[in-house]
Amino acid sequence: MKLSTMKKFTALLIILLGLMLNPAQAVLTIEITKGVDVGIPIAIVPFSWNGAPVAGESMTKLIEADLTRSGRFDSIPQSDFLQQPHNVKQVRFKDWRLIKTDYLVLGSIQQTGATMYTVKFQLMDVFKGSTMTGYQYTVQRTKLRNVAHQISDIIYEKLTGEKGAFNTRIAYVTVEKTKKGRRFLLQVADSDGFNPQTILDSNQPLMSAAWSPDARKLAYVSFEKKRSMIYIQRLSDGKRENVASFKGINSAPAFSPDGTKLAFVSSKEGNTEIYVLDLRTRAIKRLTNNFGIDTEPSWLPNGRGLVFTSGRSGQPQIYRMNADGSGVQRLTYSGKYNARPSVSPDGRLMVMISRGNGRFHVAVMNLRNKEITKLTDTLLDESPSFAPNGRMVLYATEQGNKGVLAAVSSDGRVRQTLRFLQGDVREPAWSPYLRRQ
Amino acid sequence: MNIKSKLILIALLAGTVAVSGCNNKNRKAEGAEIGNGGVSTAGTGTGFGPDGKPLGDWQSGASAELLSQTRVYFAYDSSALDPDSLAIAEAHATFLRDSPSTKVVLEGHADERGTREYNLALGERRAQSVEDVFIALGVSPANIEKVSYGEENPIAEGHDESAWRLNRRVEIRYDR
Repeated sequence: MKLSTMKKFTALLIILLGLMLNPAQAVLTIEITKGVDVGIPIAIVPFSWNGAPVAGESMTKLIEADLTRSGRFDSIPQSDFLQQPHNVKQVRFKDWRLIKTDYLVLGSIQQTGATMYTVKFQLMDVFKGSTMTGYQYTVQRTKLRNVAHQISDIIYEKLTGEKGAFNTRIAYVTVEKTKKGRRFLLQVADSDGFNPQTILDSNQPLMSAAWSPDARKLAYVSFEKKRSMIYIQRLSDGKRENVASFKGINSAPAFSPDGTKLAFVSSKEGNTEIYVLDLRTRAIKRLTNNFGIDTEPSWLPNGRGLVFTSGRSGQPQIYRMNADGSGVQRLTYSGKYNARPSVSPDGRLMVMISRGNGRFHVAVMNLRNKEITKLTDTLLDESPSFAPNGRMVLYATEQGNKGVLAAVSSDGRVRQTLRFLQGDVREPAWSPYLRRQ
Repeated sequence: MNIKSKLILIALLAGTVAVSGCNNKNRKAEGAEIGNGGVSTAGTGTGFGPDGKPLGDWQSGASAELLSQTRVYFAYDSSALDPDSLAIAEAHATFLRDSPSTKVVLEGHADERGTREYNLALGERRAQSVEDVFIALGVSPANIEKVSYGEENPIAEGHDESAWRLNRRVEIRYDR
């Protein structure tokens, strides 16, 4: 996408916040700071709406924002459109070929009850002049945003062959200074930062939120008892359990891919080591045994091993081991600081925080050839996690002395920031795919 | 009297000793109940009293000054105590050894650079370094509690070394 187009797009997104479906929840802004001209060209015609075109426009913008921030699409600006069709019959495909779009999205929103809406959309192949797919949803008004993300997922999957990850959630911690001290909130929101819900409110630090593989629970570290302890909390009713409160630190929880185990870090035996808690039998097994710091365990997607950070060489570097702690192997050799590893769901990439020129940035390692690519160039990046399709990485960074969340496509081409209007945001974790419950 | 005011009192008394000089020093050395001053610094005698035990060096002006410091600082990504930090840790260790009913919390912290979890472990390790000194000098491990806050509780804001150097610390707390 050209720079001028890019600027226009950013401006539209900020306007979008004022229009969106529940203005009170619009506490995050999306700014796309870097784009390139290699995406799939797609034109999204503003959805028709019975009576009030504003919400239809917003839904269109939401889909456009999703597709653009994935880094895989270039959305054609509406000012280039030669026609505004409202249904398939009105589409003149040659007009769309002229403005060089490959695909076209049409849709409509109709109010069908006091709070019920029916949304329809169709995805069309401009060159073939035919419809590729189409869906209809009847939902409550409050679910319109989720429908937009689901539509984005369908378009994404149809055109890239990979599953979309827009209709997912993120967990993160916000920090605000109050007269009484600091206030820490653990929140869960849609993948674009909207619809935030607070699941824990504390005056002591919170960190290291980790999703269960079914996306129904979060494990996290809370200092509410004046030292670090691990809790697992169910999202549906907020019920929680303290699962690690041993002497010393209790931290870095990570659910195994089958959800039956929780890797965590404890210094209960003197040194910081990695343990695995069997969530059914409550048995605890120690995996590391080393004088250096061992922390930040993260499971391989097949569950047969973990990657982790260790200071055993004198500096933090990344290692892998089998699920029983055997077969330890060092993965990073370049640079003096590589930490907080996380492996993509397909097992091909590992994201981490690397230090270079005094900056702590997000980098990915290709696990086959061990090649490392720097994804960001900011000063204090932290906590990177993959989207469930492995195509984007969510992380925390600093902007204007404030903690913000940012996302970057796994190839580094498109970045965005999700900025709260108040307070610092940190410790993000991208959820797995949501399943019907 | 709580520990904090006790420490302040010790610091004040020792300051008086230091200012008023030799006479006090001599008088102090004569006190049979004080016994061995032992540890080579000003303000103490050299003999052993009848039922004396080593009192440690907290009486001296220099040690009281050290005792009044309840934070020790560290280099980046390091948990090693430099000579200044070691002197402070030793002063507290001696005080604690001689007040066996006093409990202490060693609160380890890190600067904001690097990952939060690694920094939590680093804070723990820094507290461990101070604990090692305490135990080596005879403090009962039962009286020591270690806590790490990693980078979560900075005392200095800002994103440069002037803030970072203050945040890489262990706080020796008697008030927790």
